[in-house]
Amino acid sequence: MSRERILGAVVLLALGLVPLAAHVMGEPFTITLATRAAILALAAVGLNIALGIGGLVSLGHATFFGIGGYAMGILASHVQNYEPMFEWPFLFEGSTSMPFIWLVAVLVSALAALLIGLLALRTSGVYFIMITLAFGQMFYFFSISWSAYGGEDGLSIYVRNGFPGLNTLDPIQFFGLCYAVLCLVLLGAHLLARSPFGLALGAARQSPDRVQAVGLDPKRLRLVGFVISGAITGLAGALFADLNRFVSPTMFSWQTSGEIMVFIILGGVGRLFGPVVGAAVFVMLEHFLGDMSEFWHIWLGLLLLAVVLFARGGLVGLIAGREKAHD
Amino acid sequence: MTPILIAEQVLNGLQSGVMLFLMAAGLTLIFGVMGLINLAHGSLYMVGAFAAAATAAVTGSFVLALVAALAAAAAAGALVERLVIRRLYDRDHLDQVLATFALILIFSEGTRWIFGSFPLYLDIPEALSGPVTLPGGIQYPLYRLFIIGMGLVVAALLFWLIARTRLGIRIRAGENDREMIAALGVDIARLYTLVFALGAALAGLAGALVGAIQSVQVGMGEPVLILAFVVIVIGGIGSIEGALVGAILVGLTDTLGGIFLPQIFGLFMEPAAATQTGAALASMAIYVLMAAVLAWKPTGLFGAKS
Repeated sequence: MSRERILGAVVLLALGLVPLAAHVMGEPFTITLATRAAILALAAVGLNIALGIGGLVSLGHATFFGIGGYAMGILASHVQNYEPMFEWPFLFEGSTSMPFIWLVAVLVSALAALLIGLLALRTSGVYFIMITLAFGQMFYFFSISWSAYGGEDGLSIYVRNGFPGLNTLDPIQFFGLCYAVLCLVLLGAHLLARSPFGLALGAARQSPDRVQAVGLDPKRLRLVGFVISGAITGLAGALFADLNRFVSPTMFSWQTSGEIMVFIILGGVGRLFGPVVGAAVFVMLEHFLGDMSEFWHIWLGLLLLAVVLFARGGLVGLIAGREKAHD
Repeated sequence: MTPILIAEQVLNGLQSGVMLFLMAAGLTLIFGVMGLINLAHGSLYMVGAFAAAATAAVTGSFVLALVAALAAAAAAGALVERLVIRRLYDRDHLDQVLATFALILIFSEGTRWIFGSFPLYLDIPEALSGPVTLPGGIQYPLYRLFIIGMGLVVAALLFWLIARTRLGIRIRAGENDREMIAALGVDIARLYTLVFALGAALAGLAGALVGAIQSVQVGMGEPVLILAFVVIVIGGIGSIEGALVGAILVGLTDTLGGIFLPQIFGLFMEPAAATQTGAALASMAIYVLMAAVLAWKPTGLFGAKS
């Protein structure tokens, strides 16, 4: 096993064990922090497929995160207010079942990623960055002005949605659920990176002309990668909304897009466990620095600057060394 | 919907358009010459606005406030270029995005640290306050007219600078072939610092001018930054003409959409629903415009064919 693999296993194991210890010691807040880290890591695992494998610098992944959040908010609010979502062609009252909400979140964010991808992937480089950022902002302003679902104030959902066989209001059970989803998606991302599709997508980043020469369409590869990436981040959004029992336009904001990208950079681009390390470090910084200073974003900014300028490969790269097959 | 209302809204759109141009021109110059995407451009806008508000509070002079905005933004730009940006020219766009995102965090929190979280106010100077009557009986705030005029003057100066001066020739040469002009003895490092400071000064000026009609607060720069990106995508990266056309288009679409879409929907919907639908769609109008331009011309209206 490479050092990177060992480091990843240790971090993932720690993320699983810390909440268990906190549960035994009766500290639910620590469990909530770990849940937050797991969900944010999931969002970043999604982005890492587009960014790390496909080389697509999307600064608009808050779009999918927010869509996932609002999928949960809208479906659950209709049940909460006893207002059916629609009555034709059949009566639909909304839903408070997590598996159904996740399905909707994944499908709708995949659809949004398809539409945005079709337009944004006509371009590349800086254009792509600016366009994804702009579409993210479009959803942000739309959610603010769409007053039927809370507008600027957002939507509160008073009871966490259910999962068959679990009491999701118990912090450790909800954590276990999020952690399981994260592990499954990490496994999926690992298999995807090794699959013919993942290899072709990586090749389309490194040398689009050669990919085209062997008869594959780089644009289509990127589009599929972008859609998968958006769908995973959408799933994370639905979980995040359930964690807070609240959705608001903030989930769509450009800062959210930036932060999801920061998780990856802190951890290391294109590394399987990079997003997990990055999200865990971010949540810890947010908690400890946030306690010490009101202006902790300055320190985050300086750290980020230092990582970008001096520690290429992120924290994982710093500890595990340069990945052999990384360009 | 009277002609006077329409004329007023067109002027409002023009006003927000020329301010967007000041932002977009700097961004597009910096990208064109150095190949750098600078997310922290909005922070320089904020620096300009805060410098103006602080100077006006001390001296009471609007002219000094504008000078301070230009100077502070240019100085902040030059400093940041020397310390950070310079190391990013050879990096890929991802590193540039992240480093300048980090700069936003530092600038925003730093400003909050110095000035606190409450917005500052910059008063419109006495001589420029109050409405004027335009031909056709339109009452319009003098200050907004002043902003439009100021924006057009700066735009003209910028075009003159790029087309007619020695510095402009070097900038255009730098866009085409940086190795060649370095070989011809032009100090590239200094040229880059200068271009960055120039872009920063334009952003700072825009921040100060707009600061007098909106409040001056932390985070004011980023929404404008993203609008400026939309402008650049529409106009074509690296093109100043594109930035001007794009900025006016975006300014007009945003302003007119916000006023007229709800009214248009009101023609065939209930008033409450029309207001809501209209407002929601108006908030998306410029992005729809951007999507349409992209579908038609992926490199923007004035962009080079890549």
